Amino acid sequence: MEHTHNAGHEAAHADSSTKTIWKTFWILLCITVFEVGLAFLHLEFGFLPRVMLNAIFIGLTLVKAFYIVAEFMHLGHEIKNLIMTILIPLLLFVWFIIAFLYEGDSWKNMRTDLKPGTPVEAVKVAPAEKHH
Amino acid sequence: MDTAVTAKKKWWAGGYSPFNVSYGKLMMWYFLMSDAFTFGALLISYGTIRFSSPSWPDPNEVFKSFPGMGHAELPLMFVSLMTFILIMSSVTMVLAVHAGHMRDKKAVAKWMIWTIIGGAAFLSCQAWEWTHLYHEGAWWGRNPFHNVDGTLASTNFTNFFFTITGFHGLHVTSGVVLNIVILANVLKGTYDQRGHYEMVEKVGLYWHFVDLVWVFVFTCFYLL
Repeated sequence: MEHTHNAGHEAAHADSSTKTIWKTFWILLCITVFEVGLAFLHLEFGFLPRVMLNAIFIGLTLVKAFYIVAEFMHLGHEIKNLIMTILIPLLLFVWFIIAFLYEGDSWKNMRTDLKPGTPVEAVKVAPAEKHH
Repeated sequence: MDTAVTAKKKWWAGGYSPFNVSYGKLMMWYFLMSDAFTFGALLISYGTIRFSSPSWPDPNEVFKSFPGMGHAELPLMFVSLMTFILIMSSVTMVLAVHAGHMRDKKAVAKWMIWTIIGGAAFLSCQAWEWTHLYHEGAWWGRNPFHNVDGTLASTNFTNFFFTITGFHGLHVTSGVVLNIVILANVLKGTYDQRGHYEMVEKVGLYWHFVDLVWVFVFTCFYLL
């Protein structure tokens, strides 16, 4: 009896469930097409500066990631304990990304500033200003 | 009795999983989280090296070929097709999970087969892209592409590209193998006897994760 009850219950909410699946699919597809479209506009006409474009791409990537995890992986419909046990450790990425990209950028600056042939004065300007 | 009296369930009082999922599913989530850190570390090291380089090859110059189109310059087209294939196979996977909830064995098998076909199609695309790049002279330790500013590029670009897409491709491969194993069990009627199709959900989680990683690889290598 219990089994039939469960099956009936699941069949009842199943109808709307496939609708969300296809809705999620269209959202993901539209975002991807939009991203590719923007990339083409930039290639052909230089539309939008590179930095702004990259920010949009990263933002849209996170939106896509949200829909895949929340809808396809069903995490959005789990209880809060489970959501938190997955999401809180992922916050480490915030530090991880900032720290490492900052480090990389600093290496690039050192490479260009200390490249052989760079005038020594150009490097020494900054400390000289501090003495005043 | 207790649950009927207290309006709020005491999740940590024992008697049921505080996460309201089975042990297997929870452990799949934890595995995927650790895998996310592995992929994250790879992509962040790629970002660090790219940030530390004065110049870098332009992805639109590198990835511009399409099978059967000769030397036509079609940046982004092929990788968009690959992305579409993987998103589509993710959809068929959710539909398989959904059919599992309804205990519709035939539908589960049908959608699992489509998912496997999608995974195989994605891998074929990747095999073509790798072969094509290899014939252009790109491989681990070899980089024929120049930087955007015209200077000679280091092999960092190709090393990261082949390592990260290769690691992702390996995940897709094992995902396809797992899907085939689960499909065999579905056809054998194992889950019908068990009374639920939770194994389909577990491989489904893994499969969506592979799709999720691709979304980030797509952005990091082809768009940025």
